[in-house]
Amino acid sequence: MSYFAIVITYIFISNLILAQFLGLCPFIGVSKNVESAVGMGFAVTFVMSIASLVTWALYHLILMPLGLAYLQTIVFILTIASLVQLVEMVVQKYSPVLYKALGIYLPLITTNCAVMGIALINIKSGYNVLESFTAGIAAGMGFLLAILLMSAIRVQMETERVPRFLKGAPIAFISGGLMAMAFMAFDNSLLNNLVG
Amino acid sequence: MDVILRIFWGFLSTVLFGGLLGLGLAVASRKLKVEKDETVEALDGVLPGLNCGACGYAGCGGYAEALAAGKDEDLTKCKPGGAVALAGIGKILGVEVDTNAVRMVAYVHCLGKEGVASRSYNYEGLEDCNAATVLFSGDKDCKYGCLGLGSCMNVCPTNAIRKTGDGLVVVNPDLCISCGKCVDICPTGVMRMIPEDADFVVACNSRDKGKLTKSNCKVGCIACKICEKKFPEAGYKIQDNLSILGYDNRGPGRAEAVEKCPAKCIIPYREVKIEEASSAG
Ligand code: SF4
Ligand code: SF4
Repeated sequence: MSYFAIVITYIFISNLILAQFLGLCPFIGVSKNVESAVGMGFAVTFVMSIASLVTWALYHLILMPLGLAYLQTIVFILTIASLVQLVEMVVQKYSPVLYKALGIYLPLITTNCAVMGIALINIKSGYNVLESFTAGIAAGMGFLLAILLMSAIRVQMETERVPRFLKGAPIAFISGGLMAMAFMAFDNSLLNNLVG
Repeated sequence: MDVILRIFWGFLSTVLFGGLLGLGLAVASRKLKVEKDETVEALDGVLPGLNCGACGYAGCGGYAEALAAGKDEDLTKCKPGGAVALAGIGKILGVEVDTNAVRMVAYVHCLGKEGVASRSYNYEGLEDCNAATVLFSGDKDCKYGCLGLGSCMNVCPTNAIRKTGDGLVVVNPDLCISCGKCVDICPTGVMRMIPEDADFVVACNSRDKGKLTKSNCKVGCIACKICEKKFPEAGYKIQDNLSILGYDNRGPGRAEAVEKCPAKCIIPYREVKIEEASSAG
């Protein structure tokens, strides 16, 4: 698959949140205002691209040769969690400003299933290093797009008269569902039209 | 045999791998250690660590930081921490604090249980007061009373609230940490904060005119003004067709008013709570 196709696929067609329903907790939890949504989006993109690289290397250079491929899930969990921890420490040390901005979101990513998801998808699709990396970035951008749209909707919703028992998370999930339906319009025919 | 070996190797390598990562992280955290602000840490220590959000921050840490940075002047925002936390904060920041203020607890100002308050229809839906209010403001004729579905129960961080089984809810004042979440979520406003050492309560929230209140509920405050007029010193004040009891100056006549109230909606505080809570089981 061409790199362009990968990008289109993970931003629009199989958007991790809106098509595969992964990473819903930050999607609902951190989308109350646009600013934090963007912060979260970039943090996730960053982690996803690094995680794609690391897990690819781990799988193809260590697990496969040793015949331990069946351990991928658990090993990836360990790796991603430690990776995020490490990133958090490094950022805290060398860029306190960035840490302040991302600080609360980084730990949230530790257990974010979307990161795990893209790592496993990469392996399953048999991507090479660069393709994995691209998929990681694209999936992150897809996440950013979804959470940004969501936060814009939720900011608008603040001024609407939502029935009280639907306020907050319930109405957010309903709008998220509607958004997912809208994204169903992006399917493989889009790709065929673009790349032929 | 082969399977067992595979499991064994898998287990061993995962353990090794995990251990390695853990070790790496431990080393990294040493190397990359950042000095934390001592004041913030000390403040974090005296705050109760409930992260309930009553102070207006996301958690205790946020409040500690704001206090240390001088961004927040109000030292009393941690209601759950009460006098202990307040004293601690004052000591760390070197500020005089008054720790003698009485703790406030939530109280449900309603006696309109099953058969006492009339219902306009039969609500059968989500066990949630806020959902019920979407339908004609709830199933009670009185729009100010407790709907008894327990929205408050679900938000209370300490499980201080219980259903009595006859259509009301009660707050256990000993468990209440005065975070005020129940007051915020309650759609009818029947929960209000009162001092923990309250002697009496006017257990009604109806702002309807006396006649209407009377037709809606057998123990509603009908705003006859007997308590206010007969015992001017006692602290009863009629506002919006409802007698509101003040707790600051408890003059003579507070207990007598209980007898004189024709609607019987003034009740001694603690006694009633204990009796009702035990029926809750
Ligand atoms: S106190 Fe309010 S929220 Fe609680 S049961 Fe009564 S009406 Fe519902
Ligand atoms: S929710 Fe209400 S009853 Fe529960 S602790 Fe907070 S103030 Fe007290």
